[in-house]
Amino acid sequence: MAKRMFRVWRGDADGGRFEEYTIDVDQGMVVLDCIHRIQALHATDLACRWNCKAGKCGSCSMEINGKPRLSCMTRMNTFAEDEVITVQPIKTFPLIKDLVTDVSWNYEQNKRIAPFKPGKKNKDGNHVMYQRDVERVQEFRKCIECYLCQNVCHVLRDHDKKDKFVGPRFMIRLASLEMHPLDTEDRIPKIKEEYGTGMCNITKCCTQVCPEHIQITDNGIIPLKERVVSRYYDPILALWRKIFSKKDPS
Amino acid sequence: MNQATQDKPGGHKTSFASTQRTDMWWVEPLLTGLGFLCFVVYTTWAMWQANHYWHGSYLSPLYSPVLFVDPTAPGAVPLEHAWFGSWPQWWPKFLPASPAMFILMGPLAFRSTCYYYRKFYYRSYFLTPPACAVTALPQADYKGETKLFLFQNLHRYTLYIAVGYIILLAYDAFISYFHHGKPGIGVGSLVLTINVILLSCYTFGCHAWRHLVGGKADCFSCPAGKEHLGHKAWSKVSMLNHNHQFWAWVSMIWVGFTDFYVRMVSMGVWTDFNTWGF
Repeated sequence: MAKRMFRVWRGDADGGRFEEYTIDVDQGMVVLDCIHRIQALHATDLACRWNCKAGKCGSCSMEINGKPRLSCMTRMNTFAEDEVITVQPIKTFPLIKDLVTDVSWNYEQNKRIAPFKPGKKNKDGNHVMYQRDVERVQEFRKCIECYLCQNVCHVLRDHDKKDKFVGPRFMIRLASLEMHPLDTEDRIPKIKEEYGTGMCNITKCCTQVCPEHIQITDNGIIPLKERVVSRYYDPILALWRKIFSKKDPS
Repeated sequence: MNQATQDKPGGHKTSFASTQRTDMWWVEPLLTGLGFLCFVVYTTWAMWQANHYWHGSYLSPLYSPVLFVDPTAPGAVPLEHAWFGSWPQWWPKFLPASPAMFILMGPLAFRSTCYYYRKFYYRSYFLTPPACAVTALPQADYKGETKLFLFQNLHRYTLYIAVGYIILLAYDAFISYFHHGKPGIGVGSLVLTINVILLSCYTFGCHAWRHLVGGKADCFSCPAGKEHLGHKAWSKVSMLNHNHQFWAWVSMIWVGFTDFYVRMVSMGVWTDFNTWGF
């Protein structure tokens, strides 16, 4: 058992401050355990969102020593013994209280996206997908909606362009639909104009913070950008479409 | 024990480069920024020299292909190696008669629109953001790549140019194993061969290439369930693409080293160990 000092943000949208707490930390504890111990011993009114404690529900997103992390997956033995641990709510979304933010903007973005639209079924009445086709979109389905990628994306975080860019999480959702072998919906015009692929400048912070290790930029956003290029910025493909109006080799 | 209220609810400061990160987040953008700057300074200097880019059958990659040549320059290729002969009269006098001036724009365009390089220079030079969860340089109306940087969408065209260079550099590497028609091998041959291999790993791991060879397809098995050739290509390119950053750096450093090696042996500072004995 060792004593560790925490600086935890306490307050709401009107303001607040860092409060310092010193607690005993046992072997094997994660930051969320420490927050719970602070709640139990020093601050019973400390607000904190959590659920599964297994890195799968995506509820306990926080900024720990400035890094967006899942607090349930951040082990205490990753910090130096004398390191003060600063815990804050995620920056990008409105603060409700202490470590809890209002992430409902994300749900609104999800509603804007045209849902999965499968084509006609085979003669036997089934849809058929092969493993190699499943694998690519399977990666995107690992998303636990912790919104750490949305939080760290500087377009939303620093420039507050929520009206121009839906953020990395929804780029991944769009990629999972656009690359789905059975989907027939065309979302490329909206991906360019409304969802804002052009706002992303590929700094890859979303990929760096993803607790599910989804290659958000390389496998999701960049392929979508390339599809937008094929549709709107490639003069050779534009000529091709003009000549062979229906066939698009992109 | 309390501390003063911060800039934004949640204790987040909003001034440029502010963060609660306690690690040395500034090291990566600083080193990558300086590293690339060193390469730019070296290639500009090497381009400006207009000499010592040829030795035996070794041609510096910074000078390949040689479109025009001033054969009187020390360490220049023989006149018959230039595609269009001797140096043109219309060339401005204030610029050196350097064959590198005609061709460096191609690789530069490819690298400057590359998705990896965009990550690094938006961080290191444009500071949007300098590092993850570190406040970006404030901008009145951030536009991303929708206005000024819209040209990034033509990356695939610069890829086509880069593939052309790969073919030319592969030819240069091949002829480096011959001296006056006599086959052999030298350290320079190996340096040129490694150069084209590293550049190929970088170029053929490019995101635009990955899209073009197969990534553009929604279904890799339709309609009959057989694997498309595009899926095989996409899988192989994905393996290279996974380490695109690594290939970008090692290929860039090796291009600089290859030029330096040819320059040193051409100047007589270094001796090229080879089977021809020159």
